[in-house]
Amino acid sequence: AAAALLLGCCGAALASGVQDQAEQFFRSGHTNNWAVLVCTSRFWFNYRHVANTLSVYRSVKRLGIPDSHIVLMLADDMACNPRNPKPATVFSHKNMELNVYGDDVEVDYRSYEVTVENFLRVLTGRIPPSTPRSKRLLSDDRSNILIYMTGHGGNGFLKFQDSEEITNVELADAFEQMWQKRRYNELLFIIDTCQGASMYERFYSPNIMALASSQVGEDSLSHQPDLGIGVHLMDRYTFYVLEFLEEIHPASQTNMNDLFQVCPKSLCVSTPGHRTDLFQRDPQNVLITDFFGSVRKVEITTETISLDRDLAGFESKLPKDELATEPLKYADQLPVAQIIHQKPKQKDWHPPGGFILGLWALIIMVFFKTYGIKHMKHIF
Amino acid sequence: MGLLSAPHCRRALSRLVVRLNTPLCVLSYVAGLGWFLAMALPPLAPRTYMSENAMGSTMEEEQFPHGERALAYARDFAAQGIPVAWLEKTMWGLGLEVYKQPFARTLPFPDESHERYMVKGTNVYGILRAPRAASTESLVLSVPCSEGAQNSQAVGLMLALAGYFRGQIYWAKDIIFLVNEHDLLGMEAWLEAYHDVNITGMQSSGTLGRAGAIQAAVALELSSDVVTSFDVAVEGLNGQLPNLDLVNLFHAFCQKNGLLCTIQGKLQRSDWDTLPAYAHSLQTLLLMVLKQASGRPQGDHGLFLRYHIEAITVRGINSFRQYKYDMTTVGKMLEGMFRKLNNLLERLHQSYFFYLLPSLSRFVSIGVYMPAFGFIILVLILKISLQGGGRCAWGPGQDLGRAPPHRCPLPQEPRPGLLALVPPLLVCHAAGLALYVLPVLGQRVAAQHFPVSEAEAVVLTLIAIYVAGMALPHNAHR
Repeated sequence: AAAALLLGCCGAALASGVQDQAEQFFRSGHTNNWAVLVCTSRFWFNYRHVANTLSVYRSVKRLGIPDSHIVLMLADDMACNPRNPKPATVFSHKNMELNVYGDDVEVDYRSYEVTVENFLRVLTGRIPPSTPRSKRLLSDDRSNILIYMTGHGGNGFLKFQDSEEITNVELADAFEQMWQKRRYNELLFIIDTCQGASMYERFYSPNIMALASSQVGEDSLSHQPDLGIGVHLMDRYTFYVLEFLEEIHPASQTNMNDLFQVCPKSLCVSTPGHRTDLFQRDPQNVLITDFFGSVRKVEITTETISLDRDLAGFESKLPKDELATEPLKYADQLPVAQIIHQKPKQKDWHPPGGFILGLWALIIMVFFKTYGIKHMKHIF
Repeated sequence: MGLLSAPHCRRALSRLVVRLNTPLCVLSYVAGLGWFLAMALPPLAPRTYMSENAMGSTMEEEQFPHGERALAYARDFAAQGIPVAWLEKTMWGLGLEVYKQPFARTLPFPDESHERYMVKGTNVYGILRAPRAASTESLVLSVPCSEGAQNSQAVGLMLALAGYFRGQIYWAKDIIFLVNEHDLLGMEAWLEAYHDVNITGMQSSGTLGRAGAIQAAVALELSSDVVTSFDVAVEGLNGQLPNLDLVNLFHAFCQKNGLLCTIQGKLQRSDWDTLPAYAHSLQTLLLMVLKQASGRPQGDHGLFLRYHIEAITVRGINSFRQYKYDMTTVGKMLEGMFRKLNNLLERLHQSYFFYLLPSLSRFVSIGVYMPAFGFIILVLILKISLQGGGRCAWGPGQDLGRAPPHRCPLPQEPRPGLLALVPPLLVCHAAGLALYVLPVLGQRVAAQHFPVSEAEAVVLTLIAIYVAGMALPHNAHR
């Protein structure tokens, strides 16, 4: 009822300040938020990937997304690893001030359950009926989903658990499946791995915004080691993202452009990248809390708002910055024109390897066989 | 037809090999020797690097404080007449699970000082259980301790380290603190009992306490309470070597703590391009080859390698240098090494198992030193091809202008029957059997009748059988 009231007041064509503010409530078309946070690497020396994921988990929970709407996948248990000198804790900074593990962490997919198959099933919803509710991504067409992935990656792939990989093409197809099944309204994809930008190159579904910690050919670096625990605690990009997110509160109006500025090259050493061409709104108008927080459309006002009976004006009040883009097709996923007309890359000259040498030896031997061995006499 | 199966090609090639045989042999030998000597130079000997991710990307602060306690333990140990009971009591007091293993071994020859055949001893070891892990893997810190209490400082440090380690909660593997008597004999007895095998005929009272599969081991020898440098010994039994990562670990801690570390007793020189530096690294390399060739383990660690346990021996040397390190520094280095080994998830396998070290920071891998041997073996192959193939590949009617006086026997004479092969075969096998069995069987008899000691008797019997073999008609024929 209150929502309908606010809807009604939004329909009023009066240009009062409160009306404008009320209009801003419905800039984004989402009604619920989900988060899928994935850490793909195991082993003690990959402590920082678990710390990365848990920092984002912590921020997302603090800003309002409940555990029932978070799918947290951690490939290894660092807090209870026998090598952890501070058991039951995972720290993000060597000052030990922030224990991102906390008392109320709920890990949905743990240890060997974090596989490419499970991840894709979570995204696409093709889950066996016996899966418990906490392991499902029950999003609908009005959900904004935050997907955060971290681990070891390369050009076009992300390594899961030291034994398998997910490629950027698979990921793009999974997002397309989600779009066709109307499983998201808008999607924010953040990846913190080496060469992370390659993972979002192949997306072709609408309403996806992507951020990565490094470009193709660059490595993402870790932040600082802690000499008491003996490992690197966090990666640089996520460390600065966490610092940024610590200042966001549920009602903050910070937008995505500020998130794009987090961790410039001077701090991060790698060049973070982002992709917004598939996204229909201007990043300027996208709030951080659209993805990191939950929908809390409550604001107290003491002014009187007069309601207008005429609600027909609402239809025209769509945000002006919505671009009419054509839906991209599957065939557009591979930039064929670019591939065909690509200039060959300048490679360093290497001395010919075994195969080339063997090939040439074969050719020379065939030559001497056809023209007779007596020619060899002239050489010796 | 191909190059080697077409008869005219083959003839041409064999003519080549025959004509140029000596030059080719000389060239090959010189190439092999030159390659070997060039191995001490930087292009063929790259810098070492840590290959294991679990050990390379972690770093800790070492906090071992009990240097004084180590000295106190060492003093108490040296004052004891029978150290076994004292060791058991002290280890128990530190909170370890203590076991002792008496062993005995009949020696093939009496040892030089006591003219006795039976060696008896006791190994004492304490196991520190990992507080939060299943006891599936372990590390070993072993301190060889023979009569005379020469290694008492190392025992003291080991006990202080055990006490310190007991208070830490980050151990994922059990740690076994082993004090073995009679050096290699005790070590072998312990290893055989631990792995429940009996290779060398040791009599021991069997396994008492186990801690899972051993991942790595460090043997420690300290000659005095102040140390000026650390020497590492890598060569093991039959020339087997530990994984290069373990040596890299030692070197990494030397660099981190600014310690003076040597290999083959030689300190690394800081200049790289000069001739004396080259000679120095060549000498280090050749010393390592010599020690490997001797087949003798250069420390207690050598026996671990047969069980696929990577191990090195660290010796603290007190020479007359200005800067001395105290026990706390030595303890810190060992603590750092063990913490890094604790982070291992698998056995060390990422780095090389076959290598040569011209210095601690450079290595020559097997792919680089094998061609040198290959060239020298090529000389033998060239000689064989000269004997067998070079002359016999010519059929009748070919260019015999430079043919040797006698014709190739194979196409002309009838082939000898199989029966003609039996006498040489029998004689060879009989000679081999005689060489294997007679010296050991006859050593006591020989020592009684001839004025030689038992070891000399064995060698002389071997030489006698060789000389007798020269009188065989098979050898003297032709």
